[in-house]
Amino acid sequence: MAFDSLKTRILETADSLGGAAIMLADVAGWMFRKPDGLDNLFKQMVRVGVESVPIVVLSALFTGMVLALQSGVASMKLFNQPVFMGTLVSFTMVLELGPVLTALVVAGRVGASITAELGTMRVSEQLDALYTLGTTPERYLVTPLFISMLIMLPSLTLFADLIGILGGYIVTVYSFEIPGSVYINDVLSHLQIVHFAHGLIKAFFFGFIIVTVSCYRGLTTSGGAEGVGRSTTGAVVVSMVLILVSDYFLTVLLNALGII
Amino acid sequence: MIRVRGLKKHLAGKWVLNGLDIDIMDREIFTLLGGSGEGKSVFLKNLTGLMKPDGGTINIDGTEITELSAKKLHKIQTQIGMMFQGGALFDSMTVGDNVAFGMRRLTDYSREKISRMVKKYLEMVGLDGTEDKLPESLSIGMRRRVALARAIATRPRYILYDEPTTGLDPITTDVVCDLFLELQKELDVTSVIVTHDLKTAYKVSSRIGLLYEGKIVAAYDTESFRKSDNPYVKQFIRGNRNGPMKAKNGQESVL
Repeated sequence: MAFDSLKTRILETADSLGGAAIMLADVAGWMFRKPDGLDNLFKQMVRVGVESVPIVVLSALFTGMVLALQSGVASMKLFNQPVFMGTLVSFTMVLELGPVLTALVVAGRVGASITAELGTMRVSEQLDALYTLGTTPERYLVTPLFISMLIMLPSLTLFADLIGILGGYIVTVYSFEIPGSVYINDVLSHLQIVHFAHGLIKAFFFGFIIVTVSCYRGLTTSGGAEGVGRSTTGAVVVSMVLILVSDYFLTVLLNALGII
Repeated sequence: MIRVRGLKKHLAGKWVLNGLDIDIMDREIFTLLGGSGEGKSVFLKNLTGLMKPDGGTINIDGTEITELSAKKLHKIQTQIGMMFQGGALFDSMTVGDNVAFGMRRLTDYSREKISRMVKKYLEMVGLDGTEDKLPESLSIGMRRRVALARAIATRPRYILYDEPTTGLDPITTDVVCDLFLELQKELDVTSVIVTHDLKTAYKVSSRIGLLYEGKIVAAYDTESFRKSDNPYVKQFIRGNRNGPMKAKNGQESVL
């Protein structure tokens, strides 16, 4: 019984991986050809990027602030004065929290809505209708989402990095009464372009994970409204777990390549 | 012409289509009748290549579509207009954009011409002036008519209708049936309708088939179907649970 269930699970996973690979091959083919409706691509860019700005700003700002607060308090205890706050905030944001936090926020906000939308279109036969109207779901819907996510998630991450550093500045200057120039000097004297590259490469991969999982789950939805709910929850959970797990391995790889 | 031989499809542990044979001639309106869950929609999806059969052949105008690559199949699919059961209108677009969608991709019409054609097709289905409305603001009958306008706008060779009158009141059903006949005359296409509504079948069809247990058990011209002595046809027309078509699970009738 347990063996049968395991066998079914393995077969289902293999089926999903194969299906996702076919979708990716299809999307790769369309990605470098003329887009099916520039207005659609623009709409998806706004949906993935611009509309995510408020929540990304909010989460990055408070993360930067709490990082500064914690590091300030800790260094006060250890050294009797707050030190290296700019360095700690900027390194943590740029290398780790900027890409991971932004990816988690986008997976919850955009990834869920992509799966829900594609899933609803699947169960209401709108995806089938596309085939008889001169296009395919992969070309008309999925490819613009891939382009948008792969451009917008690194852009949002860069934005989150800067906002987080600004949050740290606010706490350093107003709570610990350290001159702003000291904080900025701390940030600039250690942070290099390669650190931003490290974070942005991660963001690119996280974007790839989110859009692949969300689109595949949406396209393969079945079972009416309940099925749409199941797919949406599944897409968010799988995306988040994959982001957190792959973050470690990406860090190991980037370190090995000297991008740090 | 569409020639189907030995079509088989296995879904959810049973053979929904089990050796279906049928020829659909050019310019005819062929209606496939059958009880709920008998696989009528599955048959249409196999015809359009939206579902891959597990056996048999489907030949459309001399091309065997079950063996085509995705790219070649897509070319055939663009010659088929389909009116889906729930309309399948793109709900984020206006009615006008829905009707224009296929024309923008399959024709080289200018923007102005597409706009004129959208008006024309909406007028044909009796919905002029609805271009800027969203599908959600329309009734189910109106949505189906928009779906019909969208299906015919690309001037396909074949139009497939999936339960086009199910859930409509008798008067709207009559309006939609008249619309099929007008369009058939005007567009010179081949139509395939799947339904369980006898009234629709009698009014619009040139030929009627009956699907049971994955096979076509009868296919006659409309008049012969009406008068047929075929026990399956007689049972279906009378709506009698006693006959060669068995009730499902011992309770639920296939009718």
